[in-house]
Amino acid sequence: MSDTKTIRAPFDPSMLFKMVFLAVVAIIVVVPLLATLFGGFKSLGELRVNPFGLPRHWEWQNYADILFSARYWQLLRNSLIISTLTVVLTLIVASMAAFTFAHIKFYGSSMLLSYLTLGLLFPAATAVLPLFIKVRDLGLLDTYFGVALPQAAFSLAMSVLLLRRFFKDIPYELLEAALVDGCSYIKFFRYVTLPLSRPILATVGTITFVNSWNAYLLPLVMLNTDALYPWPLGIMIYQGEYSSEWHLILAFITLTILPTIILFLLAQKHIVAGLTAGAVKG
Amino acid sequence: MARRTASVSAIGAAGGEMVPQVAVRGPSWDGRLTVLILFLPPALLLFTLFVVLPIGEAAWYSAFNWNGFGRPTNWIGLDNYRFVLETRAFWLALRNNGLIIAVSLAIQLPLALALALMLAERFRGAVALRMLFFMPYILAEIATGLIFSFVYDGDYGLVASIWRTFGAEPPHLLASTNTAMPAVLIVIVWKYFGFHMMLFIAALQSLDKSLIEAARIDGATRSQALRHVVIPLLYPTIRLSVFFAIVGSLQLFDLVMPLTRGGPADASNTMVSFLYNNGISRMRVGYGSAIGVILFAICVTFAFTYKRWFMRDE
Repeated sequence: MSDTKTIRAPFDPSMLFKMVFLAVVAIIVVVPLLATLFGGFKSLGELRVNPFGLPRHWEWQNYADILFSARYWQLLRNSLIISTLTVVLTLIVASMAAFTFAHIKFYGSSMLLSYLTLGLLFPAATAVLPLFIKVRDLGLLDTYFGVALPQAAFSLAMSVLLLRRFFKDIPYELLEAALVDGCSYIKFFRYVTLPLSRPILATVGTITFVNSWNAYLLPLVMLNTDALYPWPLGIMIYQGEYSSEWHLILAFITLTILPTIILFLLAQKHIVAGLTAGAVKG
Repeated sequence: MARRTASVSAIGAAGGEMVPQVAVRGPSWDGRLTVLILFLPPALLLFTLFVVLPIGEAAWYSAFNWNGFGRPTNWIGLDNYRFVLETRAFWLALRNNGLIIAVSLAIQLPLALALALMLAERFRGAVALRMLFFMPYILAEIATGLIFSFVYDGDYGLVASIWRTFGAEPPHLLASTNTAMPAVLIVIVWKYFGFHMMLFIAALQSLDKSLIEAARIDGATRSQALRHVVIPLLYPTIRLSVFFAIVGSLQLFDLVMPLTRGGPADASNTMVSFLYNNGISRMRVGYGSAIGVILFAICVTFAFTYKRWFMRDE
C-alpha cells in the first residue's frame, strides 16, 4: 500500500472517482433524513416551496406540540414495555436453552436444536392468522404479552444459536473445576456463564430490542386498543389523521426515530456485530 | 455410563450413605437432569406454541371457509388454494417479489460490494461513512416508508420540488400503477444496501491479506488481484448476501404499507401485504391461511434448496 503512494502522483483519478462516488451515495442517504428533520421545523406553506433547504423561519411549535402531548409519550411507553418484555423473555428462555445445548449431552439434543432452528426458515407472517386465533384463545388478545410472547418465540432460534456458540467457548475446565468444588450446574450458569457472557447477551438483547421496537405486523394484528399501540401503529394512525399536513407528520417521524438513532450511536458496536456477524452464523 | 450414575444418585437420594460416592464421581447426572427438566421446556414450549403449531394449524384451517368465529365447520378441501391461484393479485405479488429479488441482485449487491471495497480500507472518515450507510437499515420500515411517502409526495415532496425546478408538472409516483412498484424498489435499495455492505466489510476484514499481497508481488494489477483473488474469496459472503436478499423479499411488508398499502390496484403488493390485505384485514381465515401455507412452502423449499446447492461448505 505505502509504495503505491510514493510512486504515484498525489493526484489520482481513481481516488477522485471514489470520493465522488462516496459523496453521491452519502448525499442520497442523508438528504431524505435531513429533509425530514428540517421539514418538521417548517410551516406547511414553506415546506411546499422549500422542501430541501434549512427552514427560513424555525417553527418550534410543531415539535413542542408533539413533545407536550400525552399521545407521543404513551406510544413510546407502550413500545418500551413491549420491547423490554420481549427482550427479557428472549434472554431468559434462550440462555437457559442454549446452556443446556452447550453443556449437557443427552439423547436427541441435536434433533431438538435443529427443531428450534426451523424458526429461521420462515417469517412470522406466514402463520399470522392461526397465531391470532391462538393468542385470542389464550385470552391474550389486546395485551402486551399477546405481542411479546410470539415475538420472543420467533427470536428464539437465532438467539439460541448465537448464545450456544458463545457458551461452548467457555473453557470446559472451568465447568469441571466448579463441579468438583460442589457447584451445581444451575449455580454455574448463574454465577459463571451469565457474567462471562455479557457481550453476547448485550448483542442478542440489542437485536431483539431493535426488531421488537420496529415491529409492525404483530402489534397490528394483536392489539385493538389505541391506548396499547406501540409507535409504529401510532404513527400510521397519526399520518391517517393529518393526511397532508406533512410538517406535523415529519416532526412526528423525527421524534419517533430519534430513540432508535440515539440507541444506534450508543450501541453501534453491538448492533453492527449482532446484525451482521449474527446473521452470518445463522 | 449415564444410566449407572443415574441409578447411583437415585440410591443416594434414598439412603444417605451413598451421597459421598456421588460427589467423588464428579459431575452427577442428577444435576444435569435438573437442568434438562428446568431449562429446556420453556424454550420448547414457547417455540412450539407460537411458531410450530400455528403453521400446522394454518394447513388445517386452509381447508375451511371460516371467518375465525366459533369452530371451523365448512370444509371445502383445496378450494382455498384454487381461489388463491385464480387471483390475479396473487401472481402480481409473486411477480413483485421476483422484481425485488432481481433488483437486489442487479443493483443492490454490486453497489454494496463496491462500497465495501472502498470502505474496508482505512482512511479518514471511512468508519463514519460505514455507520452512515448502515443507518437506513436500523430505521424502522414504517418510518422509512413514511419518510419516502413524503419524498415522493406530488405536492410537498422532494421529487415534486425537483420536477418543478424544471418547470414540469410533478407526478404522483405512488398513485400510478406504472410507477408505484419502481418507487418502492428504490426505497428497498436505499434501506438495505448498508446491511449488505456491512456483511462484505466484515468478510473483507477477515480475509487473509497475504494472498492479495502474494498476487500483487507476482505482478497482478490492483484490478486483477480484485477480480481473481478478492472476489473469489468473497463468494461465500456473496451467496449469503443473496440468501438474505431473497428471504428479506419474501417477508417484506412493513415498508410497503406506509408507501402504497400494496396499491394502486394491487400493483405493489408483496406476498405478505397480499396476505394481509386479502386474508387478515377481512378475517378470511381459511383463505389467508392458504396464502400463508403457500408462502411457507416457498420459504422452506427455497431455504433447503439454496443451502443444498450453494452453501454446502458452510
